[in-house]
Amino acid sequence: MKLGEVSAGELRHRLSLDGLTLAMPPFVVRIRSDVASLADDLALMYGEFALHAADDFCDFHVEVMHARGLRRWFKPLAEFSSDGARSFVPLPAQQCYTMLEWGLNWCVAAHAHQYLLIHAAVIERGGQAVILPAPPGSGKSTLCAGLVHRGWRLLSDELALLDMDSGLVHGMARPVNLKNGSIAAIRDFVPEAILTAPVPNTNKGTVALMQAPADAARRVREPAAPAWIVLPSYRAGAAAELQPMEKAESFMAIAEQSFNYDVHGALGFQALGRLVDRCATYRFEYSSLAEAAAIFDGLGA
Amino acid sequence: MSTAQGRPLLVRAMLDPAHCNGLSLQQWDLLVRQARRANLLAALGGRLRAQGLNVSVPARVWLHFESALLLAARQSASVQAEVRLIGKALAELATPVVLLKGAAYLLSGHAASAGRLFSDIDILVMRPRIAEVETALMVHGWDFAELDDYDQRYYRRWMHELPPMHHTRRGTALDVHHTILPPTAKTRVNTAALFEDLVALPGLAPLHVLSPEAMLLHSATHLLHEGEMDHGLRDLFDLDAQLRGLGGAAMDWQRLLDRARALGLARVLYLALRYTRVLLGTPMPEPLLLALQAVAPGRLAKAALDFAYTRGLRPQHASCTLPGSGLALSGLYVRSHWLRMPAHLLAYHLGRKALHHLRTDKTEPA
Repeated sequence: MKLGEVSAGELRHRLSLDGLTLAMPPFVVRIRSDVASLADDLALMYGEFALHAADDFCDFHVEVMHARGLRRWFKPLAEFSSDGARSFVPLPAQQCYTMLEWGLNWCVAAHAHQYLLIHAAVIERGGQAVILPAPPGSGKSTLCAGLVHRGWRLLSDELALLDMDSGLVHGMARPVNLKNGSIAAIRDFVPEAILTAPVPNTNKGTVALMQAPADAARRVREPAAPAWIVLPSYRAGAAAELQPMEKAESFMAIAEQSFNYDVHGALGFQALGRLVDRCATYRFEYSSLAEAAAIFDGLGA
Repeated sequence: MSTAQGRPLLVRAMLDPAHCNGLSLQQWDLLVRQARRANLLAALGGRLRAQGLNVSVPARVWLHFESALLLAARQSASVQAEVRLIGKALAELATPVVLLKGAAYLLSGHAASAGRLFSDIDILVMRPRIAEVETALMVHGWDFAELDDYDQRYYRRWMHELPPMHHTRRGTALDVHHTILPPTAKTRVNTAALFEDLVALPGLAPLHVLSPEAMLLHSATHLLHEGEMDHGLRDLFDLDAQLRGLGGAAMDWQRLLDRARALGLARVLYLALRYTRVLLGTPMPEPLLLALQAVAPGRLAKAALDFAYTRGLRPQHASCTLPGSGLALSGLYVRSHWLRMPAHLLAYHLGRKALHHLRTDKTEPA
């Protein structure tokens, strides 16, 4: 059964009781919440995702609950917890959905060491993947959100899960996190994109999430073979340009964006080496999504 | 008092990994939650693997154990390297540097170190040398976090350790102690006696560990003076491993008892033995328990402590909550402060913390 087939009332009800068991391949997550608006955001973003039976094994149990106390009645706060342990500072309840998304990223980054975890967007076409590692503010999410509406399949906007044995990259096809100016940029470039209502005043500014295109959600279990590593950077007014990048430099850039490269020791080093070896590596500067899409169309041609 | 039947799933699994055979997926789910909250996921994974039981753990579940084991292995390698650097930095002072807790279990090859996750390294040095130790560490790249004047004074005047240090390049955390309880604590520890029977770590001068008896007494002291029970069950299993390491019911109990008396920790030992036996069924010699009866708390105090510790030492997960658990945890928190300092200091310190909390709460972006 898909999440989108459950009525809004039923969704809210389940979230507030035992929780919703949602497939986010390769993981299964149990989500509980007493914040009513969260159900609507989940329905909008994860409608195509499968629900699992309540007694299935879940990798992560997460909750976003109203913080207790008098404050609830005039300025409600919500708290994130994983396996019942609260983490992060409580945030205003209207930020609960973005907090859930960040919290899920944290769960994966902190616990899923069966993968080499890279802070990167991953998109795929014709079985070949582009890995876009980049620090926040580089325009990675904007680029990723634009390209997945121009023939590329979304694997992930934040987390590349590298299987060190097969060399394949898994994504979770979760929504793309858009901040500040990117929200309008994507609305202009892809008027049909489905976005949550923008949430102002988060610690990352105004944030909205963009639904993964339906095809990405349907094929979420298909990993992809990395073929390119592209380090994006957005610069206002820049003409889109792809420039070859030294392998050694690319290696360092990827290592810097890895959450658990050190945990894997020598095996992690070798796996990153193989990844960089098999990929063509570039830097990419852009300001216009249309130009970017045209250049990415030419990749591998 | 709790019985074997009332033991949480995690405790049963830790004591007898074969208990995990045939668990349903739902039970595995619960076990992973409890183990993660108790910081025992890697330790349990290690026990399952040691008995070859990992092959019968469902693959999706085993990934969690494997991931925790990988992290634990990496951390123990880092701690092994880090303690060598600490030893090198302090070698010229020609004073013993005693590893405590996790690092001590690890470097002395103790069973309690299996699958352990570390947040920092604790060392103990003689009080008269502490200023030189501080200087030598700072010369070699360790530094203090930003602390306000009050916290600086609090540590230096009332505590048994320097403010927490970290290495400026490696980011590793280090706690430097000069004794094992604050000087203001109600339990008076004979610190000089701690240094009498140190065990040198071969090839790692000036690094030492406490004698097995003193190490156990320190673990007991730590557990019984801790106010936050997030690691309570993990620390109880540390004690269990050490008691079994000393020979369980066959141990040379007289030596342990003598050390406990010499260090001023007989009551702490009594309580530690009481709760490992009740909650984990750890084997221990009857004559030792009898000998310690003399230092047992009174009937009312014992009832209160039993109430608090049989709850506080369960995994801190909702599935393990008993009626009164919240009260027990608050009680243990207050008790830990009560044990740490006299009432007037405590009132001042907690008042100050509460005020500080209010202030930071106000400045938080809303």
